[in-house]
Formats: sequence, structure tokens, C-alpha cells
Amino acid sequence: MAKIWNRQAVLRALDDAMAEDPAVIIMGEDIAAAGGPFKVTEGLLAVHGPDRVIDTPISEMAFLGAAVGAAVCGMKPVVEMMFIEFIGVALDELTTQAATMRFLSRGKLTVPMVVRASAGAGQGFGCQHSQMLDHWFRGTPGLKVCVTSNARTTYGLLRSAIDDPDPVVVLEPRVLYAEREDYEFDKNYRIPLGTAEVVRSGKDATVVTCGAMVRVVKEAAEKTSANIEIIDLLTLWPWDRRTVVESVQRTGRLVTVEEATMGSGWGGEVCATVSTECFGKLKAPPHRITLPDAPVPYSGALEARYLPNADYVTQQVDALVATNRSPAPWWRMAS
Amino acid sequence: MISNSNSPLARREALGDRREQLVRMIEIRNVEERIQKLFAEGHIRGSTHLANGQEAVAVGIARAIDPDDIVTCTYRGHGHALALGVTPQGVIGEICGRVIGCAGGLGGSMHLVEPSVGLLPTFAIVGAGLPVACGAAMAARARGKDRVAVAIFGDGSTNIGAFHESLNFAAIRKLPVVFVCENNLYGEYTRIQLTTPVEDIAIRATGYNIPGIIVDGQDVDAVAAAMANAVARARAGDGPSLIEMKTYRYSGHSRSDPATYRPAGELDAWLKRDPINIFADRLEGEKVIASGELATLFDDVRVAVEAATQEVLASPAPDMAEILSHVSARSAGGDQRWNFWSK
Repeated sequence: MAKIWNRQAVLRALDDAMAEDPAVIIMGEDIAAAGGPFKVTEGLLAVHGPDRVIDTPISEMAFLGAAVGAAVCGMKPVVEMMFIEFIGVALDELTTQAATMRFLSRGKLTVPMVVRASAGAGQGFGCQHSQMLDHWFRGTPGLKVCVTSNARTTYGLLRSAIDDPDPVVVLEPRVLYAEREDYEFDKNYRIPLGTAEVVRSGKDATVVTCGAMVRVVKEAAEKTSANIEIIDLLTLWPWDRRTVVESVQRTGRLVTVEEATMGSGWGGEVCATVSTECFGKLKAPPHRITLPDAPVPYSGALEARYLPNADYVTQQVDALVATNRSPAPWWRMAS
Repeated sequence: MISNSNSPLARREALGDRREQLVRMIEIRNVEERIQKLFAEGHIRGSTHLANGQEAVAVGIARAIDPDDIVTCTYRGHGHALALGVTPQGVIGEICGRVIGCAGGLGGSMHLVEPSVGLLPTFAIVGAGLPVACGAAMAARARGKDRVAVAIFGDGSTNIGAFHESLNFAAIRKLPVVFVCENNLYGEYTRIQLTTPVEDIAIRATGYNIPGIIVDGQDVDAVAAAMANAVARARAGDGPSLIEMKTYRYSGHSRSDPATYRPAGELDAWLKRDPINIFADRLEGEKVIASGELATLFDDVRVAVEAATQEVLASPAPDMAEILSHVSARSAGGDQRWNFWSK
């Protein structure tokens, strides 16, 4: 097996999809001639040409909206938002237009487009370039939302997203682009949207997570005295209720670990569903580990505190399993 | 030469002096170079966007407006912050994430701020500052003050909806806004011709029936004169203007960009019209500085910036409690609102 950079998985997924289907085009700022600010599209211009690998002005509304139109009329556009926050000025085209096309045409018109973006904190990009923002999309019927967690899931999710007949948002934790791992590319590999993966089996608690937090929880699994089961949710909407509920029915405890503020996180939805579906089986209250409800701070020590890390997850899980009570988050503990 | 104890307001007021204008331009150049070095030394996280080469635009704007005029600016804003009065400690400290920084280390390179000289936190989203400048102008009018708002943005911003919507909105309401486009020929990694069908951004003012003026952005006096006209027009109630400053950034888009996309010889051609040299030559002619004094000024500034840098590196990271101290007026940091209308 070869050591693969995560960003190579993005590149390979786009390259393979374009090679297989002439309808696939990619658009974004500095993705063509410059190869992308994170080098995830490097070389694609030379292979697929300027009609399919398209540099755009800094005009997110124009090129995201154009992707909607191209998709409705038979193309499969993949647009890059350099940082997910940049979609703010173009949100209408996705959440109001693309998301309702199928509904309004009673299925005659669909929008098979992908919005992929770098997202998340941990590298000192400051509060306007460090959010996940999955909650901007999760609440919109008609959209699907995925988060990648390594080279394999990046390839598998991106290929499925491009195959999908409806609009899909794929969030790529920026902090993972420079991670490397053993992976062998397979052109036929897909991760079906809406399916989660059990990445570690355990009996004391089910820890549901995604994105850059998967590696944090894996590290915590080696530290905690509890034997935890880890589920990588992969698709945040529609999410895999069956896998999560089945796991919690065995373990009796649920912890969600996510890079979102408590007020906006998907953990609320997962905890609510599990509370209903597993009510009689729960040994402890469903417990959320999130960011505090505050913008992302720049200074290194503060950003490190702001994000859940393995020690914090370990403490929280240990406390939950030992007491069967929900421990307070760090920002509510007496210091 | 540079007093470390100077407040942002005092630094701003000092810009009335021509010699001080030159020193400030040199300071901007030197701070940008020191920031690049601090990056290499591992003191800076994320990214930074340098503006060496664009010093005349920053100082020309700052000297032409009042400290209680409001400024919105992009993330390529180190030079503007320094010109408007933020101290080198405030700028370098923020970029290093220290308490001494002008945002207390919470913001970083892209978010410099100083309400006492009218600088709102610099905007990290392209085009975001233009509508906000319109609103600041509305507030000034509502208060019966003859203040203006200045929106500073790059050529790349003029392809985003917010640019067009803001020019239209300001024009129909005759808002006292000066829209300043720093046309440095590159939007991120891409040359302007590949993204923009006009060579002169100023032409876009025509569609909104407001003045569109092209200025040599490497000449601080030309920048200040054009600004003064537009500001006077705005204060008189005659509405907004679009001023295009023709300039050049000597560095790439951000720290990870070596700018290999630039045609050979372009940088050298611009270096021949270096804004600091142009102004220094003029001041020599005016006998404001002595022949050969420029080198001394560079040395003095270097010493002062180095002292500021050491002060920054001795400054601690912000307290953890700061993460949650400023989310709302009810947060632990309390209601610290700046009163723009105290004067």
C-alpha cells in the first residue's frame, strides 16, 4: 500500500470522475492555472483542459449559481469553495435554488452538483476562515452533507457525491489535507451517502463523531479506561440512524464529539433520536462534546483549548461511564 | 523616531507632517518584512497577506481623512492599520496572537481593529466591507455628522456582488462613502485580465453615475489629493466616488504563494517606481529631508520595529477566559461599546 496524502485523494477523485464522465466539470477560484490554494486540483487543467477545469473570478454567487444551471441541464459540476465561509455570499443559489429544484419540478429537474470546500479550525486562520458550518446546510431539505475524515473516506465520499443525482456538500477538514496514510486507490470504491462506519468496536459507550474529530476520538480510545465504540458518521444529512441506534442499544451510552458549537451541532439531533429510540436501554444521558458557543479564536493556545482534544474527550467519557451522569463542558467547570 | 508610547490617535495626528508620512511608509515596509521573518521563525499561524509596495495608498488615505471617519478594509490591511494609527506593537502583536495585539490576539492577521481611529475589524471575506461602509455613512448622516466612510478593497472584490450593490446603494442615497480600489493587478493568484473584462476598475463607476477616478497609487501626494477631493464631495452631500489606485504588491497573495505566475520583469519595473523612493526624492527636493537621509530613516525605523517586535514576543498569549468573554453584551467581558459620537 502506498502512503497517500489526503489532498491527493481529492485530486484523484476529481481526476477519475472527469476521466469517466465528460459531464463532470470543476470550477473555483485559482483551481486551474494555480492548481488550487491547497493543491488539491494540481495538474487537472493540463489533463482535462480549460473547458472542464475552470478558473473563476472571485464571484461565488456567479459560479455557484452557474453550477446549478449547468447541473439542471445535464452537466455534473463540482465547485470549490476555497474556505466554506466564502459560500456566504452565494448561499441562495444552493439552499434556496438548488435544494428546491427537484421539489418544484416534481422530480423532472434535478441538480447533480457537488460543492466541496475546505473547512474547520486548528491552523490559525482566524474566526472567518475556520468554521465547519455544516449546520448551514443540514437544515435544508434537498441537500446532502458529508464530512471526510481520511484519504479513503475522501475518495469514497467524493465519488459518491459526484454520482449522486442531487446536490451534495462535501466538507473537507483543512487540517487533514497534509495527513498521510496507507491507502490504495480503487476507481470503483464508493462510500454510499447516508451510511456511517463503525471504526472501532467497544461495549461501554458509543462515540459518534466525524471529520477531524475522528482521529481525536481514536486517540482518546487508547487513553480512556472505558471500552468505546467509535462511529464515523461520514454523512451528516441524511445520517445513518440505524447504525447509531443499533450500537447504542448494545453499549447503553452515547457520546457525540464534533467540531461545532453546542447550539448548532448535529449532536443535538443524534442525541434526540437516540433518546427516543433507545430510551429503555440508556444507562446514562446522551452526552455532547462540542465547541463552546463562541467564534474561533486566533491565538494558538486559545484555539487549542477551543477544539476538543484527546485528553478532554478521555476525561469526559471516563466521567460519563463512571458516574452515568453528563459531565459539564470545560467552559462551565470551575477553574 | 517612532515613539512606542504613542497612542493610535497621536500617531494618526502626526501624519500631518510630511516627514512623518515618509517615516510611516518606511515603517509599513519594515513591519511587513519583519512579519515575513516572524513567519519563518514560527511565531505566526495561519496566513498573512502582505502589502509591501502599496505603502503610498495606505498613508495617502490616512492623511486625507479625519480620525473619526470610518474605514472598512480587507485582510491585506497591515499597512492601512499602521497608517491609520495602530502601533507596530498592535499590528505585529495581533499577527503573533499576543495580548498586546490590537484585537487582543483573538483576531490574527486578517482582523486588525482600532475604533479610536475609525478602523473596523478588517474583513476576511472579499467585498464584505463595502456594504458595511454604506451603513457607517448612513449612521453619520443620521447623527447629523459630516463624517465619511472609506471602503478599501482590492481589484478582485470588484467582481463580487457586494461591490456592485454597494455602489448602487450609495449612489441612489448619495451616501458619504469613498470607495477605494487598490488595483494591484492580481486577485489572489490570478492576473486581472483573466477575471475582469476592463483594465480600469474606475470605469465601473459609470454604471452607477458616480465619479470614477484613476490615481497613481505609488505617489502618496496623488493619492491624498484624490482622496481629499472625494472626501470633500462626500462631506458636502454630493455622494460617493470610486477611486482606483494603480499599485502593485511586491509579494504573493499570501505566505504560501511564491507568485510564480507574474511575467518576468514586471516586479522589477514596479520596483523602479517604488513609492518610498518617489516620495523621498520629492522630500529631498523640498528640503524636508537631507540628501542621503533616507538610509538613516530606514535604520531608525528598523531599530524601532525590532524593539516593538521584542515587546510583542515578551507579551503573553491571551487568557483562556477570553474565548467566551466577548460573544455578547452579557458575556464576562461586559459591554465595552465604543462611542463613535462622543466628539
